[in-house]
Amino acid sequence: MLFPMKILVTAKRVEDPESKIKVKPDGTGIVPEGLKYKINPFDEIAVEEALRLVAKHKGETVVVSIGGKEVHEQLRHAMAMGVDRAVWVNHTGPLDQMAIAGLLKKVCEKEKPDMAILGKQSIDDDQNQVGQYMAEWLGWGQATFASKHESLDSDAEKSKTPALVVGADGKTVKVVREVDGGLGTVECTLPAVVTTDLRLNQPRYAPLPGIMKAKSKPIEELTPAGLGVDVAPKLTVLKMSAPAPRKAGIKVPDVATLMQKLKTEAKVI
Amino acid sequence: MPIVLIYVEAQPDGNLRKASLHALAAGAQLAQATGSELHGAVLGKDANKLADMVKGYGLKTVHAASAPHLEHALAETHGPAMAELAKSIGATWVGAAATAVGRDMLPRAAARLQAAMATDVMGISGSGNDVVLTRPMWAGSVMADVKLNTPVKCFTVRATEFPAAQAGAAGEVKAFNAPAPTVPTQFVEFKEVKSARPELTEARVVVSGGRGTKGDFKEIEALADELGAAVGASRAVCDAGWVPNDLQVGQTGKVVAPQLYIAAGISGAIQHLAGMKGSKTIVAINKDPEAPIFQVADYGLVADLFKVLPELRAAIHAAK
Repeated sequence: MLFPMKILVTAKRVEDPESKIKVKPDGTGIVPEGLKYKINPFDEIAVEEALRLVAKHKGETVVVSIGGKEVHEQLRHAMAMGVDRAVWVNHTGPLDQMAIAGLLKKVCEKEKPDMAILGKQSIDDDQNQVGQYMAEWLGWGQATFASKHESLDSDAEKSKTPALVVGADGKTVKVVREVDGGLGTVECTLPAVVTTDLRLNQPRYAPLPGIMKAKSKPIEELTPAGLGVDVAPKLTVLKMSAPAPRKAGIKVPDVATLMQKLKTEAKVI
Repeated sequence: MPIVLIYVEAQPDGNLRKASLHALAAGAQLAQATGSELHGAVLGKDANKLADMVKGYGLKTVHAASAPHLEHALAETHGPAMAELAKSIGATWVGAAATAVGRDMLPRAAARLQAAMATDVMGISGSGNDVVLTRPMWAGSVMADVKLNTPVKCFTVRATEFPAAQAGAAGEVKAFNAPAPTVPTQFVEFKEVKSARPELTEARVVVSGGRGTKGDFKEIEALADELGAAVGASRAVCDAGWVPNDLQVGQTGKVVAPQLYIAAGISGAIQHLAGMKGSKTIVAINKDPEAPIFQVADYGLVADLFKVLPELRAAIHAAK
């Protein structure tokens, strides 16, 4: 028999990864004009994995996002994909990873999920910390960078065991992780935190009936003060700047010229 | 005297992971900026061998913890051990290389230390209490100068941005007792991806293929073997399943900085550039003269890779 699973997932609102990010001339942030926003791609993979697990085990999925009212868009998107309900931590202004992990810890204590699945990082801050902080503060195990090796389109991949497998007694989860030089597998006792890498799965498109249904799914509102979390930043961004450009090189007409340049100019061959 | 503590990582074969030497160099820079001593930490089933390998790299002290539960670098065992060691010696900065282990384990140690943390540090400036760390955001589109405001501070180091620490006088090796794990996560297995070619992040030369290969990596591999190089790939070809993902170079893959990087049939998406811009010499081969890769290449060749890669291989062979 399969034990039902309650899974908590996150849906951070981030700039569309396809958008061109430009730094403001005064270095205080990025230029917001012309930017589109969407759910952090790693979180979208987390949502997909949770939906697959709950489709198999039954149970419930809950999505959390932290931010102003605009994050409802990402919560609705996750619910359109199939998540049952949402928790919105209403906060405007910058938050660092410790504040986010502190808030998510409190939400986990309240919701008591069997597993929290998060993106391994968000594509704006690129910090790769929140899942780990949260796991330590909750005293839970962690399996970061959950992944699969081959392309998801290959036949070999389709027939492979999923990267996340819940034990027969419903008390553990075995996770395949992408690590340096290969793939590592760990087994965590539940509840546990799992963070997702890119190749874990291919998130589904939100179907039209799902989009309609999501409109009536509940969003519960919480606040940092209500959760008793101090969100004063422990990491301050002093200044942002554009990366130093590489100096422009030259075009060479043929392989012979290239060889000559590599030998005598760059001296790398 | 304050202490900068650096986690020194073992590879699965027990040898020192080279990225740790770059983390030690960053640690030495930080120690100088803050007037601190540089200490190292090695953890394992038997940590003494690794301690001996690393003690000569400018470390005042190497703290070695040997215990059966430290055999595998799990965040649930190595994280608390690092935190407790940092507390017991009074370290104010705790760092590691931004490897899979460093990224997994160090935030867990930071959480236990109530320490703020910067990931992927590329530069260190300022001094004393005003040390500023520079790190990438938005896949390297933005460089951010950040300050950590907690009493203890943690960081991981992007290895390609710091030189490797040089061997010098040997420091002292001290044993420490790591706490027993309280979270029962188990190591199950590690499946190594075996390759006769050098490791991507450590190779002197990298030959990478992109969408322009249409999945045919024969010429990429042949050129790599002629050069004794590692093979890399863009995210597009990994996502398409043409090559395994551990070849991926870019913000979501590996960050490399070889002496020579040859990009064939790669257009140069920002996320790929973030992973190879630090290379000393970049060669780009692409049919499209407008491809963004040419903006970072030292030498650009507008051509069909299937035509010029064999020519280049023959020329390199002839030059040997």
